[in-house]
Amino acid sequence: MAESPLVLVHRPPTMKYMDEPLSRYYRILTTHTSSDPLPIFLSRHASSVRAVVSIGRFKIDADFLSHLPSLQLIVCTSVGTDHVDLPECKRRGISVTNAGGAYSEDVADYAVGLLISFLRRIPAADRYVRSGKWAKYGEFQLGIKLSGKRVGILGLGSIGSLIAKRLEPFGCIISYNSTCQKQSIPYLYYPDVVSLAANNDVIILCCALNDQTRHIVNREVMESLGKNGVIINVGRGGLIDEKELVKCLVEGVIGGAGLDAFEKEPGVPAELFGLDNVVLSPHTAIATPGSFNNVVELALGNLKAFFLNQPLVSPVRLD
Amino acid sequence: MESIGVLMMCPMSSYLENELQKRFNLVRFWNFPETHRNSIRAVVGNASTGADAELIDDLPKLEIISSFSVGIDKIDLGKCKEKGIRVTNTPDVLTEDVADLAIGLILALLRRLCECDSYVRSGKWKYGGFQLTTKFSGKSVGILGLGRIGTAIAKRADAFSCPVSYHSRRAKPDLGYKYYPTVLELAENSDIFVVACPLTDQTRGIVNRQVMDALGAKGVDEQELVKALTEGRLGGAALDVFEQEPHVPEELFQLENVVLLPHVGSSTVETENAMADLVVSNLEAHFAGKSLLTPVV
Repeated sequence: MAESPLVLVHRPPTMKYMDEPLSRYYRILTTHTSSDPLPIFLSRHASSVRAVVSIGRFKIDADFLSHLPSLQLIVCTSVGTDHVDLPECKRRGISVTNAGGAYSEDVADYAVGLLISFLRRIPAADRYVRSGKWAKYGEFQLGIKLSGKRVGILGLGSIGSLIAKRLEPFGCIISYNSTCQKQSIPYLYYPDVVSLAANNDVIILCCALNDQTRHIVNREVMESLGKNGVIINVGRGGLIDEKELVKCLVEGVIGGAGLDAFEKEPGVPAELFGLDNVVLSPHTAIATPGSFNNVVELALGNLKAFFLNQPLVSPVRLD
Repeated sequence: MESIGVLMMCPMSSYLENELQKRFNLVRFWNFPETHRNSIRAVVGNASTGADAELIDDLPKLEIISSFSVGIDKIDLGKCKEKGIRVTNTPDVLTEDVADLAIGLILALLRRLCECDSYVRSGKWKYGGFQLTTKFSGKSVGILGLGRIGTAIAKRADAFSCPVSYHSRRAKPDLGYKYYPTVLELAENSDIFVVACPLTDQTRGIVNRQVMDALGAKGVDEQELVKALTEGRLGGAALDVFEQEPHVPEELFQLENVVLLPHVGSSTVETENAMADLVVSNLEAHFAGKSLLTPVV
């Protein structure tokens, strides 16, 4: 019987959840267990490797790829592929898959949760009760009504569509800006982020991070959104010019934000810690057992298809 | 109308206070508990401070109680009926806010949003990621009380692909949700149990030990609720209301599996103003001899 294929797993030491599922079908090689520098390790042990599983966001750049001459597939357990040099993959004929829709429901739920938590001041109100202040000082500060708010979604993909669906019964008026504008989409389309921000009370970021979208939410967009405007970010930190965001929050250029992602995680600008017009979250929108089960199944599905020369389940476009 | 005495029971909205002050002779109960009894023709209360039999008896000229709330369990309705005193509340204007908050509470509880926020602010994220939390989409939601608010909650939960079921005084087959004839059966068949019914003699303590055990580790007799939570027999609770507000059982303060809010269901600027306008309109209608807008009695 042929030996099972060798799969390289490129992950931080703590993210072990794929090891057991993978080892049911494949021999696995992990990059973090060797004391050799990575290029040497790869040259010594991984020259026959045809598939890599990428967990977490260690960079997969041209240099890494140059040490894997047999590589034909990168399976990412994230939705975002901004850590992978996609043009280089295309050049080398390497396919890339991502988490597809495995996390979409959880992230959509979380985006709505962040928005309601911000408008209705849930974390601060919870602290108010626990600290005994309600009994001592009486009524808490008023919140802001969600119903009727205009919500602009940046990136109407799998996650963005589910967010829109969830917000509709709350009486929100949905519009969007996305790389694809379809006639079949029932929401109003805005051709750019500035006009999306100008015409909405809330913008929710759930698009991919790439060269076109880095810092797409800049000072101009925030000024356009205005002093009562809210930003919810369940995409990548890099979508927002974070330095400007902090200034805009502190100075009241925008009303507030619910943030699950930051530019240099787990580093978060300390100026945010004392603000009451933010809800902060440690990049945890996907973190439920259900999502992890989904992505394990999806990753295995992509690997199985690859080794059987069948179409991949969740391929990513490389251009 | 400036000579009409209106007794406001507690601070509840400065917008409402101003509007009442402009039109009536406003007496603030918390500053003047003993005075002006004979001149009071209207009382304005709220969800936590209403008008009991003793107060009603003490106000011989009382004609109308206009509550700054939809809940009227703190008003002695029997006494009002007996004495021909009208009672109004503020339905509809706050339905959306309360339903929005109910979903917010569920998400905050299941996804641990409050703790996540503290986790980042305290700097703990540098030392490791937050724990896994519980998915909301697809969970079964059981609603106790399918009135205006319950229905609005159901509509929202639907959009999260949650199968919705309910128990109410009467089945409402037009709405398309599954009906359970008892609270216990509803609890047995729900992952998430939402209490959205009025507090009446029939519903006091309706969420009792049996119901909580049926819900399992996966509201309300408050003492039983506290025990169920601290003993781990109930998975979690997100509470915007308590039996003796603003006092909250302190055993709850240390628990991770609770979200505690200071009765903010309708606390947005927009809704409080709409509620205040409704209170004032009811009073004006009454004193002008016109029909009340939102009478309860």
